Amino acid sequence: MSAASPAAEREQAPGSLPRIGGEARVAAARRALAAVEDPEIPALSIVELGIVRFVQVRSDGVLGVGLSPTYTGCPATEHIESLVREALDAARVSPFALTRVLSPAWSSDWITADGRRKLADYGIVPPPATAAPDPRARPAPIACPRCGSIRTECTSQFGSTPCKALHRCRDCLEPFECFKCI
Amino acid sequence: MSGAALTAEPAGISALAGLPPLCRYALRLGDLSLILGQRLGEWVGHAPVLEEDLGLANIALDLIGQARLLLTYAGEVEGRGRSEDDLAFLREQGEYLNPTLVEQPNGDFGETIVRQVLIDAFQLALYERLASTADERIAAIAAKAVKETRYHLRYSSSWLVRLGDGTPESHARVQSSLNRLWRYTTELFEEDDLDRDMIARGIAPRPADVRSAWSICIDSILAEATLERPRDAPYSWFGKRGEHSEHLGYILTDMQYLQRAYPGARW
Repeated sequence: MSAASPAAEREQAPGSLPRIGGEARVAAARRALAAVEDPEIPALSIVELGIVRFVQVRSDGVLGVGLSPTYTGCPATEHIESLVREALDAARVSPFALTRVLSPAWSSDWITADGRRKLADYGIVPPPATAAPDPRARPAPIACPRCGSIRTECTSQFGSTPCKALHRCRDCLEPFECFKCI
Repeated sequence: MSGAALTAEPAGISALAGLPPLCRYALRLGDLSLILGQRLGEWVGHAPVLEEDLGLANIALDLIGQARLLLTYAGEVEGRGRSEDDLAFLREQGEYLNPTLVEQPNGDFGETIVRQVLIDAFQLALYERLASTADERIAAIAAKAVKETRYHLRYSSSWLVRLGDGTPESHARVQSSLNRLWRYTTELFEEDDLDRDMIARGIAPRPADVRSAWSICIDSILAEATLERPRDAPYSWFGKRGEHSEHLGYILTDMQYLQRAYPGARW
């Protein structure tokens, strides 16, 4: 069940450019989306981040694309939507409509295996497995991305963007970021 | 003075009567997040250390994100074309339906943390129940918000434990903040006609159920923080019906200044 916010849905007027149809259109849209980088973590595409929920041709011929925000207040949400519109225009798959999908809520578990590897290569520790439902439970230790030590501590549950927390390694003394698990 | 007599009714409160009940309920939920987000935003650049500055600002950002979704929905239910911005910036004080607790001043860092624990635990208990409500849109927003709220509570409760179970000074200060703010929690669970209407339609949970979950959570945090749970006290403000403490007006003058001075201004 998806809850679409009509306010977030924007129709794209059919352009005069030659259009491609059917399966090829969906495949072209998927390729275009796979090339859209997360503006805050450019190492990752929005597909790898797990926020692209569906790409399908609707009965009225409009290509529907569903996107989920990572955090409700993430300022990048609208920026990502405009990057997606540009990418879909460039891929000539108009007309299309973007829908913001809130339910089920995005989870850091949806970051793909490739995405997790790229995050790690970028120096950000990928999110640990699913968040404990008990907010008071002590989180499992996180290994330092540089020296591998698990003698690390969380210096701040919140970092430079809504999706990251700050940690520090007590062996190599380097600070590092970890993707928040929600 | 003629023509400028004070009326007993706060500005805008009569405008509430014309709103559909579901719209008012969405405003209650959304205004809580909006006003608390605005309050927490006052810490930006002023928190004791950079990490807590980031922490409070990030929580504020999540809350304003929730408020945007809820106010957008309230505007759609009302059906008069009001946007999230119209509702956030162009209402009168008496039209805001947030509980009085969230408009209380930040105080010191400890007082902000006490207020945050009380509200995080409330939002957690509320959103957990709203996630399976009969209203699909509110259910979706709640399911999203509940995950963020858990994270907020982890932050605020760990700070309260640190301060409560810290030095005699930090313990005394958070205990005194708790004593001061406790009376405002009564309102969170008071059941009125709007609640009863929403409960009957399967949209809102019973405040008494939310209260028992909240109480269990709060008691376990207070025990670990070595703080004493204050006694419930008489209470006479009802922000959730538009009857606010003096503090909301000051928040609104700050928050609404730009939209009032430059109507229709856009980024």
